[in-house]
Amino acid sequence: MDDLIIEFLTETNESLMELDTDLIKLEQNPNDKDLISKIFRLMHTIKGTCGFLGLPRLETVAHRAENVMGRFRDGDLEVTAEYVSLILESLDRVRYLLGHIEEHGTEPEGNDTDLTTRLDAVYEGRDAFQTGQTTPGPVELPEEDPVEIAAHDPLADIFDTIEVSAPVSAQISPPAAIEPSHQPVAAAPPQTKEATESAVANQSLRVNMDVLENLMTMVSELVLTRNQLLQISRTEKENSFITPLQRLNHVVSDLQEGVMKTRMQPIGNAWAKLPRIIRDLSIELGKKIDLIMIGQDTELDRQVLDMIKDPLTHMVRNSGDHGIEVPAERVKAGKPETGKIHLRAYHEGGHIIIEIADDGKGLPTEKIRQKLVSNGLVTEEESKKLSPQQIHQYIFHAGLSTAEKVTSVSGRGVGMGVVRTNIEKIGGSIEMKSIEGKGSTFFIKIPLTLAIVSSLIVESAGERFAIPQLAVRELVLVSQKSENRIEMIKNTPVFRLREKLLPLVSLEDLLKIGQHSGENFEDRFEHKYIIVTQVGNYSFGLIVDQVFDTEEIVVKPVAKILKNIELFSGNTILGDGSVIMILDPGGIAKVTGENNLTDAAQDEQAAAEKLVSDKKTSLLVFTAGQGSPKAVPLSLISRLENIDMNTVEETDGQMLVQYRGALMPIIPFSDQMDLSKDKMKPLLVFADRGKSVGLIVDEIVDIREEIIDIQLDGKRKGVFGSAIISGKASEIVDVMHFLNSVHGDWFKDHGDDPFLASDKAKREGKSGTKRILLVDDSPFFRNMLCPLLTAAGYEVIAVDGPSKALELTERDENFDLIISDIEMPDMNGYDFATRVRASEKWQNTPMVALTSHATPEDIDHGYESGFDEYIAKFDRDTLLSTISKTLSRGADA
Amino acid sequence: MSQNVQEQHHMSKNPQHVVTGKTKDFLTIVIEGQLFGIPILQVQDVLGELKVTKIPLAPPQVSGSLNLRGRIVTAIDVRKCLGLPPMERGEDEKLMSVVVNHDDELYSLIIDNVGDVLTLHEKDFEANPATLDIIWKSVSLGVYRLQGKILVVLDVPKLLLALHPAH
Repeated sequence: MDDLIIEFLTETNESLMELDTDLIKLEQNPNDKDLISKIFRLMHTIKGTCGFLGLPRLETVAHRAENVMGRFRDGDLEVTAEYVSLILESLDRVRYLLGHIEEHGTEPEGNDTDLTTRLDAVYEGRDAFQTGQTTPGPVELPEEDPVEIAAHDPLADIFDTIEVSAPVSAQISPPAAIEPSHQPVAAAPPQTKEATESAVANQSLRVNMDVLENLMTMVSELVLTRNQLLQISRTEKENSFITPLQRLNHVVSDLQEGVMKTRMQPIGNAWAKLPRIIRDLSIELGKKIDLIMIGQDTELDRQVLDMIKDPLTHMVRNSGDHGIEVPAERVKAGKPETGKIHLRAYHEGGHIIIEIADDGKGLPTEKIRQKLVSNGLVTEEESKKLSPQQIHQYIFHAGLSTAEKVTSVSGRGVGMGVVRTNIEKIGGSIEMKSIEGKGSTFFIKIPLTLAIVSSLIVESAGERFAIPQLAVRELVLVSQKSENRIEMIKNTPVFRLREKLLPLVSLEDLLKIGQHSGENFEDRFEHKYIIVTQVGNYSFGLIVDQVFDTEEIVVKPVAKILKNIELFSGNTILGDGSVIMILDPGGIAKVTGENNLTDAAQDEQAAAEKLVSDKKTSLLVFTAGQGSPKAVPLSLISRLENIDMNTVEETDGQMLVQYRGALMPIIPFSDQMDLSKDKMKPLLVFADRGKSVGLIVDEIVDIREEIIDIQLDGKRKGVFGSAIISGKASEIVDVMHFLNSVHGDWFKDHGDDPFLASDKAKREGKSGTKRILLVDDSPFFRNMLCPLLTAAGYEVIAVDGPSKALELTERDENFDLIISDIEMPDMNGYDFATRVRASEKWQNTPMVALTSHATPEDIDHGYESGFDEYIAKFDRDTLLSTISKTLSRGADA
Repeated sequence: MSQNVQEQHHMSKNPQHVVTGKTKDFLTIVIEGQLFGIPILQVQDVLGELKVTKIPLAPPQVSGSLNLRGRIVTAIDVRKCLGLPPMERGEDEKLMSVVVNHDDELYSLIIDNVGDVLTLHEKDFEANPATLDIIWKSVSLGVYRLQGKILVVLDVPKLLLALHPAH
């Protein structure tokens, strides 16, 4: 049979089955509008599909029935008990026709004029009931209807063979006026259909949730038993069980996966209510809101689904209520009247990410700040130090609502805190970003399933514990004799993790196991592991003695008498059969004093760390001639080579070497170097578009990540100045000086055409050099980039800050492109971009942000502020290509 | 050594030991020389030595948890519940426990020794002596006079309820 028809049959049968239960209600309440509409829609769908599939008889019935249902639905015809039977009869006829199609692939012979005439009569308002000429029609129907008699035939066959059942069936036929038409048909066709139905229509099946849960539990047990068996077989190398065990292993894995699948449901099920909520909300609040849902098919565990249903509803409602503005306000802000809420779900590495984004007004940072102060959550002083992001985090704090007044929808200030708690309860996390005036986006990250959790097995004081891997960020082995050591503040252990203090919790102390009286901490914390654990934004380290492997464990609840121990989320049986407690990172965080203020402090610390790491640069440290070590940003070097000094030739005072089939000019870093023949020397190759320059040095020492803090010192050419690198004063090399020392001559020989110019710049070289404004507070970068950009054929004006740059506007300066740093002391790059966009002169000048601060949020912020491009410092190729791309785009525009 | 005495009897919810009949069956156990009886229908299993995992921060009466055929069972030290000192165990003596079902959870009661199953007559039953130790009184349903011995009927649900955090 045609796939299309099979699909149609399955769907229609499902709809009919659903209707079956409702039909009982129809009898009690004939004017049930919802149900009438449902039948109307079904008939409508059948009509439409049949026309397409070429099933004229079914189409006619459906079409006529739809007409009548339409009248009922519109309310211009009251549904009486008589009509109910007509509806039921139509449904039964549809059912009969479907059954026949299923069995034989075609519609049965004959026609349905008996039914359609009556339907038409009702539709046209000339039927008996309406005109008042009541006839006992329905009662006679079974006899009148040839189709139904046909439908009875198989039943008659059954009567022949199963005599006992015959009288019973006969007794069912009740004398009621309605039922004769309904009962026999409803009873008979399903019986005849059963065999075929199971083959075609019933490809999906409703199973009681308990059955599935039970199955899941048993599979979990099976998994555990399998683990035990595998463990045993591992210790006994030679045994005949290995092969069957491996098979068992595979089968169990497949089974587990299969059973897990039965628990999976599309997230769309949790979203089903949302369009309605948004619709009601927009009416209530007089807003225009579009809800766009993407990824409804994304599947996740039913249990997880249940847990996130309410938080999701709450958040979408919040977006509509707090986020989206009323149309007038939106128009004023230059946005379309209709606000949009995007709901997206997708998989990402064992997690589901749900995004809720609105293009509304965003979080009012200042208002929240004031609220924080007025609620006494932070002091006025503290609040000023908080970044907008930190302030936004407080919306997850109970007792805070940004809505000015409490509506029936939201604003009671309990919501987001509960949302976060619920999400964290299932091992998920929630993040948000919000830009005032542009909208907010929430990201919810949740695990796919809760039943089976991958856990790390650790040991403390001889006892083993499991800790869910989701919460584990990293593991650190500490030794009191090395750099990685635990330090004490009073009796609190702490650990320096990448220049940040990590609070530590000793699992032994926490669980009050093991004895350590009188032992000094140096001995105690010798050779321990720190499990860096993260709960929400709070990170802490758990000190344990030993770390074993990870295991997939089935979480079982702890006995009721142990429920009050917050530190455990459950227990389980390991592969070796022993019982083990599962630690609850959230509980540990709670017991060890996590609260929102430490959150903020942590954030601040993180932010500070980020700022510092911004300025870190990978440097190649080398020696050349006398004096201190030299350093050059690694990103500028394209290759490191060793050259044989014998191969160096000299032409016109310029040292050259044949390199990759071309002549490459090479320069000794210093004239004090020993350049005698028969020596191998390291060569730093700086290459650009097929042309290269080599720099001879004495020895390559190291590659370091350092913060370059140049004490400017222009005494020597080729050196920007000195900086402290790995504890030694080192000279930072001005690469451009060396490039220019070779290519500067080149420029002279070849007129104005710059040797290093990019193709684009070359083409435009004649029509006028492009002017670029470079804004960066760091002399290092200015010194680095000016020559680079100049060499690439641009005219570069460099200033050390946005205020200087803005002064240039007043002096009628014009630029083709502005490149700006983000982190600058007097005004940051975002504000600068906003100011530029607001200015009359430069509002159309393309702007490129240049920074290593490149989290997606920063980038978004950058774009919001008016930057056209956002690129990383030191990425030369991208910088040059972005510049030429942006310029050409600007030229086209 | 694990003998299955009674499988899947959820009688513990209604632990009335005196029923309409004249006799009742008890599993006898010995703690500190004293004979105790547990209504047989409450008993799921009798266990010998099993590996018990300690549960940190749990009440002192909880010895830990153990794995009984894939189910996690909480082990309770009955001596501690009765305010008795820990038992001095010889080299060969094994830890014995009786597994009971309470509120759909399994508990393993660690006791000194397990004896026979006795069928006792109602006529031998008596209420707790008024002067009985207050702790014992709280977990005893009454006593049976046996030949030469007294058997105390252990009220298992009460014993376990006393451990619940709410109490």
